[in-house]
Amino acid sequence: MLEIKNLQVKLEEEEKQILKGVDLTVEAGKVHAIMGPNGSGKSTLSYVLSGKDGYEVTGGSATLDGEDLLDLEPEERAAAGMFLAFQYPVEIPGVGNMTFLRTAVNAQRKARGEEELSAADFLKEVRAKAKTLKIDAEMLKRPVNVGFSGGEKKRNEILQMAMLEPKMCILDETDSGLDVDAMKLVAEGVNALRDEGRGFLVITHYQRLLDHIKPDVVHIMANGRIVKTGGPELALEVENNGYADILAEVA
Amino acid sequence: MALPEVKQTATDARLAALSLPTGGCLEGARRAALSRVQTLGLPGRRDEYWKYTQPDTLTQVEAPKAAVFDTDEAPMFDDFDRLKVVFVDGVFSPEESDDLSLDGVSIERIADICDKDIHWAKDLYGVLEARGQSPVARPLAALNTAFAQDGLAIHVTGTPSKPINMIYRHSDEGSDAILHHVIRVDSGAEATILENGPAASRFNKCMEIDIADTGKLHLVRAQGRDHERRAATHLFARLGSESEFKSFTLTVNGVLTRNEAVIELTGDDAVAHIAGACAGDGDFHHDDTVFVTHDAVNCESRQVFKKVLRNGATGVFQGKILVKEGAQKTDGYQISQSLLLDDDSQFLAKPELEIYADDVACSHGSTSGAIDEDALFYLRSRGVPAAEATDLLTLAFLAEAVDEIEDEEIASAIVTRLEGWLARRR
Repeated sequence: MLEIKNLQVKLEEEEKQILKGVDLTVEAGKVHAIMGPNGSGKSTLSYVLSGKDGYEVTGGSATLDGEDLLDLEPEERAAAGMFLAFQYPVEIPGVGNMTFLRTAVNAQRKARGEEELSAADFLKEVRAKAKTLKIDAEMLKRPVNVGFSGGEKKRNEILQMAMLEPKMCILDETDSGLDVDAMKLVAEGVNALRDEGRGFLVITHYQRLLDHIKPDVVHIMANGRIVKTGGPELALEVENNGYADILAEVA
Repeated sequence: MALPEVKQTATDARLAALSLPTGGCLEGARRAALSRVQTLGLPGRRDEYWKYTQPDTLTQVEAPKAAVFDTDEAPMFDDFDRLKVVFVDGVFSPEESDDLSLDGVSIERIADICDKDIHWAKDLYGVLEARGQSPVARPLAALNTAFAQDGLAIHVTGTPSKPINMIYRHSDEGSDAILHHVIRVDSGAEATILENGPAASRFNKCMEIDIADTGKLHLVRAQGRDHERRAATHLFARLGSESEFKSFTLTVNGVLTRNEAVIELTGDDAVAHIAGACAGDGDFHHDDTVFVTHDAVNCESRQVFKKVLRNGATGVFQGKILVKEGAQKTDGYQISQSLLLDDDSQFLAKPELEIYADDVACSHGSTSGAIDEDALFYLRSRGVPAAEATDLLTLAFLAEAVDEIEDEEIASAIVTRLEGWLARRR
């Protein structure tokens, strides 16, 4: 599904290489996790894949079901099935959450040549999905993420994911700023979306999220590269011993 | 004191081209206003309050020509249940207007004030305008009082069942319209007034509003899409105890618009909200000049102005809150913001606070900014195309001003206009 080959990325504004050749393949139906110390390039990878400005790809490729992602505008990537759950969801005063969701859903449908969802169908769907994430009508009415708690923001990300039904979901430190209960709720939302046709890439610092969203494959990223790949046990090793041992081992 | 020569010459030339309507009970008020113009002189480029806006085309003898704008868009408020009062190039058109009788309000032309002996109107005409000349001179308003060709005297005595909609139509590309309305809202009465349309090639409009204790008035105006029109408008409002005045103005296009509002809170516990949203593209200059005076206890005032500017458009905001001695517990708020969609556009702001009471809460803010890149990326990452996302953020920026409109149906009509304006520029 998602195929990243030797991806090299530098900052646009300065001569700083962040990704130094990332190789990664996420198959449909699988959950991959990326762990790694601060500054290893995890968030950069998620931004580059979703098309944020400020980065320059200096080599390599990234494709989604064979389609070159790096050539597409962010909205085209979204329509192609890419979704990034932000580490810091953006607050947008003046745009109602519901309006935002409907605009996004219909824009993607339009881009794919599908018919727009009727207001009634949309409402029905959003209410049902919001309910499982414990998002009440009040939160749907409020401006996007404005005045939301950390947990509410992350639940709102998962709601967007549920409404947009992407093929490939990247979760960038979705556990940051969440207490145990909020994390469980978010993880349940993600697990409900696990599907044979859908791939996940979960970026996290901590094993505890992976207790709730069980990964098939765990990668360790350091200094702009994937340095080690293994099963769920690799995450436990990090939890117990930190990164030092692994980094020493691959150095 | 003699006027500077340039100003004297310009003022003399303009006055020589106008003739003062004589006879009738307003002649005294008109003559007094004429002498105010002669004393003050018409605005010039060197005047403090005209630093950001060139007054020349507003004061020159001939109105600059403005092509009559042709649009297939239905006029604003067309689908509203309202009482229509139509002015064509600044002249009342009985044929196009509704019957002016409506429960809770009486509507007359200012020309009939004297014949029908309408005392309140005689006592109001030119009075608030004259009061509003200090501490800041507003000579175009005095000129209006002296030479106004037409206008309405609206007396709100109850709660009319529908809004009164003044519709201004432009038909002659050289028209120079001067309109003067006086409005009195009785104690306990409440009405909504809507205004829309481009009026004339050059439009000088003055509105004097006197709201008695516990009276309420809502004013929503839409200054139309005509690209070449010029307008200078003045709003003078005096508020009694526990009264309420809420005004919102939408301006799209127009080469030059100067909207002045002079609000005086004279009774305790009164509320005045003055808001405006404007959208300008290219040859567009929009100026909001607002002066709110708190002269009573426990009053609230809000000034909320938002401007979206692109392709070299210019926005100006000069807003003042004056809190007089003894006007304790004043709650004053003022915000003026611009969204600059490119590097060529500019916003000039002069917020002022002058406070002589010690137990008040006044805040003000003014910002200029571009579209928030993080928000734009967030929307695009969810599949919303860049142009649509920019429009969504632009409307969101204007929302704080539009939210000042109480009536949801009117607010949604305003938003539809803004959406149309943005969509045409995709």
